[in-house]
Amino acid sequence: MKRPGLATACTAMLRRDLTLAWRRRGDIAMPVLYALIVTMLFPFALGPEDTLLQRIAGGVVLVTVLLAMLLALDAMFSSDIEDGSLEQLVLAPQPLALMLGMKILAHWLTTALPLIVIAPLLAAMLHLPGAVIPVLLLALLLATPLLSLLGAVLVALTAGTRRSGMLLALMLLPLCMPAVIFAAGAVAAAQQGLPWLAPIAWLAAALVLAVVLAPLACAAALRIALDA
Amino acid sequence: MSSWIPLWLHKLGSPPTFYRFAGSLRPWAMALALLLGAVGLYGGLVLAPADYQQGDAYRIIFIHVPSAEMSMFIYAAMGAAAFIALVWRIKLAEVVAMESAPIGAAFTFITLVTGSLWGKPMWGTWWTWDARLTSELVLLFLYLGVIGLYHAFEDRRQGARAAAFLAIIGIINVPIVHFSVNWWNTLHQGSTVNIFGKSKMSWDMLWPLLTMMLATKFYYVASLFNRVRTDLLALEGGKDWVRKIAADEARS
Repeated sequence: MKRPGLATACTAMLRRDLTLAWRRRGDIAMPVLYALIVTMLFPFALGPEDTLLQRIAGGVVLVTVLLAMLLALDAMFSSDIEDGSLEQLVLAPQPLALMLGMKILAHWLTTALPLIVIAPLLAAMLHLPGAVIPVLLLALLLATPLLSLLGAVLVALTAGTRRSGMLLALMLLPLCMPAVIFAAGAVAAAQQGLPWLAPIAWLAAALVLAVVLAPLACAAALRIALDA
Repeated sequence: MSSWIPLWLHKLGSPPTFYRFAGSLRPWAMALALLLGAVGLYGGLVLAPADYQQGDAYRIIFIHVPSAEMSMFIYAAMGAAAFIALVWRIKLAEVVAMESAPIGAAFTFITLVTGSLWGKPMWGTWWTWDARLTSELVLLFLYLGVIGLYHAFEDRRQGARAAAFLAIIGIINVPIVHFSVNWWNTLHQGSTVNIFGKSKMSWDMLWPLLTMMLATKFYYVASLFNRVRTDLLALEGGKDWVRKIAADEARS
């Protein structure tokens, strides 16, 4: 029997995950609603002064998006573990790292992309100057895949455990701290009219490194976690 | 094949041999730790002169710096053991890595607490978001993540392997902690003690510090051996050698 090519397998994987996500459209809306509600709480807690909100807007949007992604991260492999399709993926002749890379891409498209789409709205709610919003979007476009990739490795590690929600946060937050520092640094620099390319370049470098290494690490972690 | 590794090192990897080896070495390590600790503390708290600028407040250095060094040393040791455990699947290495984590977390916690006690009179604040302080805090969270992941699994060996993988991922952070003071250098002072060159510290203050660093190393060995012995007994519960030890204990 002729084995289907890698490209066919990759598109099949991506189409399957996107179809599954589309069938449960309500789940896609949840992180977006969460981000909206959290952002809405800040003016209530800190007072509606424009200057204060303006100063914290970039950081608040970044952290909100990060937390919303963290909530959705748990579900990355859970349904596949329940119905056993993840074990089939491990046994499949195609390289596991590549297949997991496709799953991570699908997860990023369904959770992070909606958050990036509403990020300008979140920023506008906190009066972030319009000129800074493109930088914020650029930082999010680079930082969110980084979080998805790092998170996927940790989710794979906790695949064999029952309660992993808080544990995931404990493990992910120290590792994603540099991403938050550089993303927030870029937004803050843009807001002060300073050059913001350097932190963006650091983020991009980290993302390139993670794109290469994280799927491999994810595959290794999954093999450890499922090896019972 | 690999004949350059002595036979006794291979034997040491087996739980019963290591159990006996650790049992005979542990009292010596503990005694050395106590002795060196007493000498170092006497030298540091009584013999060493007061600092011309900080007065007596600087003396917390004799706890703070050895703990900070141990927090990174133990992470490196844990990472090495984790690597061995994942590559060669040696049970003893898994146990060593997992039992190092709580000791390292304790040292990291001591570093943060003493640093904050020292920061209050010197910098006028308990905590500041300086690069080195922040990365030490991150190190504590990395330790807690490893410990948490280890206990999240029902199968202890599987948990140890998953946590070992996390330890290796987190090891990127240890060089960041160590070199961050050279990269950012905000409020925290630079390295004063330099093993390979001239230290920027008088010998009267330096020798108690080095003694304390040695004492904490021996304490780590003693504490680790004790924990590993207990863990090996629990892990190998059904094996003959554990039964024999239990029977001997019951008889005496």
